[in-house]
Amino acid sequence: MTVATTPRTWPLRHLLDVDGLTRAGVETCMALAVEMREWRERGERPEPLRRETVGLAFYEASTSTRVSFELAARASGATVVDLSVAGSSVAKGESLVDTLRTLERTGVTICILRHSASGAAHLAARETGLRVVNAGDGMHAHPTQALLDALTLRDALGPLEGRKIAIVGDIAHSRVARSGLHLLPMLGAEVWLAGPPAFVRGFEGWPRVRVAPLDEALRDADAVMTLRIQVEREASAGVPSLREYTSRWGLTSERMLLARPDAPVLHPGPTNEGVEISAELAASRRSLIGRQVENGVAVRMAVLALVAGAP
Amino acid sequence: MSRFGSLGDSPASFLLAGIRVIDPAEPEDAVRDVAVLEGRIVHPTGLPDGVRRIEGRDLVAAPGFCDLHTHLRVPGGEAAETIESGTRAAAHGGFTTVCAMPNTEPPLDERARVAAVNGLSAAARVRVVAAATRGRAGERLTDYSELAAEGVVGVSDDGAAIVDPRLVRGALAYLADLGLPLIEHAEEARLAAGTLMRSGRMATRLGLNGWPPSAELTVVERDIALAAETGGWVHFTHITTAGGLDAVRRAKERGLHVTCDVTPHHLALTDAWVGGHRGFAWDDAGEPNLERAYDGATRVNPPLASRDDALALLDGLVDGSIDAIATDHAPHPPERKLVEFAAAAPGMIGLETALSLGLAAVEAGRLGLVRLVEALSAGPAALIGEARGLAIGQVADLVVFDPAARWRVERDALASRSANTPLLGMELPGVVQLTVADGRMTFEA
Repeated sequence: MTVATTPRTWPLRHLLDVDGLTRAGVETCMALAVEMREWRERGERPEPLRRETVGLAFYEASTSTRVSFELAARASGATVVDLSVAGSSVAKGESLVDTLRTLERTGVTICILRHSASGAAHLAARETGLRVVNAGDGMHAHPTQALLDALTLRDALGPLEGRKIAIVGDIAHSRVARSGLHLLPMLGAEVWLAGPPAFVRGFEGWPRVRVAPLDEALRDADAVMTLRIQVEREASAGVPSLREYTSRWGLTSERMLLARPDAPVLHPGPTNEGVEISAELAASRRSLIGRQVENGVAVRMAVLALVAGAP
Repeated sequence: MSRFGSLGDSPASFLLAGIRVIDPAEPEDAVRDVAVLEGRIVHPTGLPDGVRRIEGRDLVAAPGFCDLHTHLRVPGGEAAETIESGTRAAAHGGFTTVCAMPNTEPPLDERARVAAVNGLSAAARVRVVAAATRGRAGERLTDYSELAAEGVVGVSDDGAAIVDPRLVRGALAYLADLGLPLIEHAEEARLAAGTLMRSGRMATRLGLNGWPPSAELTVVERDIALAAETGGWVHFTHITTAGGLDAVRRAKERGLHVTCDVTPHHLALTDAWVGGHRGFAWDDAGEPNLERAYDGATRVNPPLASRDDALALLDGLVDGSIDAIATDHAPHPPERKLVEFAAAAPGMIGLETALSLGLAAVEAGRLGLVRLVEALSAGPAALIGEARGLAIGQVADLVVFDPAARWRVERDALASRSANTPLLGMELPGVVQLTVADGRMTFEA
């Protein structure tokens, strides 16, 4: 079975961040993700990765992303090995590069790497022969999340050209936001950032990105994305307390009245309901959080197929 | 094939015929002959027949370089560097004196430990900077007069600043009549905690926590206030920010005993190097090259400066606000660098590339050659009480280099045991032809 009917524009061995992609590459990936989704809905299994062994190297706890990648790899026909970090040589102090080189020697061809250090995926790509898919590196990048967010937004809004998308919260420490800040403007959107000053500093001057007070960012927004506020981070002087954060920046249905009617709300998960988003809003018709999860598998199948050079 | 010598060899005799002599002590910048007989500079007519003759061509003869800040890693870090490899790296870079920093294992915090390193003569003179506090723990001062008697050139808890201002005050007050500096790594640990590179656009782009310039400035200003109160001498090593430099400049104008040095990598490289850029500060800001990004070789403390600060530091070197270039030569074995950026040991080697980076600034018109030579030789030497000059009658302590010749920085081209520098693979100006320390040939290309 032929996997894709769309023309391919994808020269990359790795997916480290979206800023390494061209617009054409992004379109190829999104189109393939839509095909994958349709196959899944029809219950077909194209298995473009049947000759590949995919290693899941999650050095940082994650349930949703790991499961999403694992489902994507299995649905694509790959052999999947899970490098469970606890109890492995990692716990014995083996270096990242040594561990990945060992994976490579055992026959793994594609490594899906999640790591707490920014740049870990770049190191893996440079120092091993593995094809590397970045599943999140520190505060730096989470390209598959950005791609699935963009797909979810397109499903809801159509083309993103000229659309105003607000991102609210801790932008500075968010790999999701950073990747989105490369991708959404590439797709024609205007991105407005709002959050505590320490969390939005440094992004002034990025192309098609504006930093604004919350009300201005939300006003007439076509979509709003909010980010997880990490409880352990509040002490590092971003905000005085979570309570203070919620009262000033928390997303609620009332605040969403500023946005366009029916403007959707996205959240990369896991959510702290009642902190950065009210439980009521997260469960409302506006919320695309469930669609994000569904699109995650399709986007990751597309990325894996492209990185593998399949078919 | 290059050759190394040692200070234990017999004194050298040779003639440098028609060579450009740059001697900041005089000051002199002229083409003449330099004759060395039995390790001493003599009048050329005093040389016997048959003494080796080296044509000056396009070469420069200058006083031997002096590095105020060298991590020789002895004792405890011999996997990264030894006295032999470190002093050979020095000789290869034109240095005749290196000041060994005390953050070793165990630290150089008492007389016997200092004596084990001090004055060891391999391919360069080894002087010692002793720890400023016992165990570098920042709690109790080391025995300064005993250490002074052993010949240390200063005290420092380099790697970090002394946190407790009362201790800094006590150190400066007690050092005042010993004539030794407190050498401060000016960095407020609580502001620097968790940071990985200089704050700014590149740090934001790469998702690495940014080091705020206030980390340097708050310590510089604190220590200047304490130096003013006590009359003590504070020397800020590896200054990296325009703000810190301005504070030093103002303190000097007030007549305080405040000095500072800058590293070649904070002058020439920038934070963009963490993003994979490989152009000098005075070139265009340039684009990152993400395929090369997050290279552990670019991780250093204090972090590589912003472009604006690097250019301000160059100005400070030109106008004399900065007293010396010091390398902060910090060798690390590969396993400490071939890791995630956050896990990489901070520091880069510098002895063998200091002259070359300085000459790159000279070629770019940012720095005069005479000032560069002074900042590498007479400037730092004066701070540790060593003489430097090429006048007749002096012991020969000099370097001969070709300022225009190119060399490629490669593992095999380095005498250091370590090769942790982001300059690997680059072609740089400035090839050292000859280094003579204390009248002995220590390196010859």
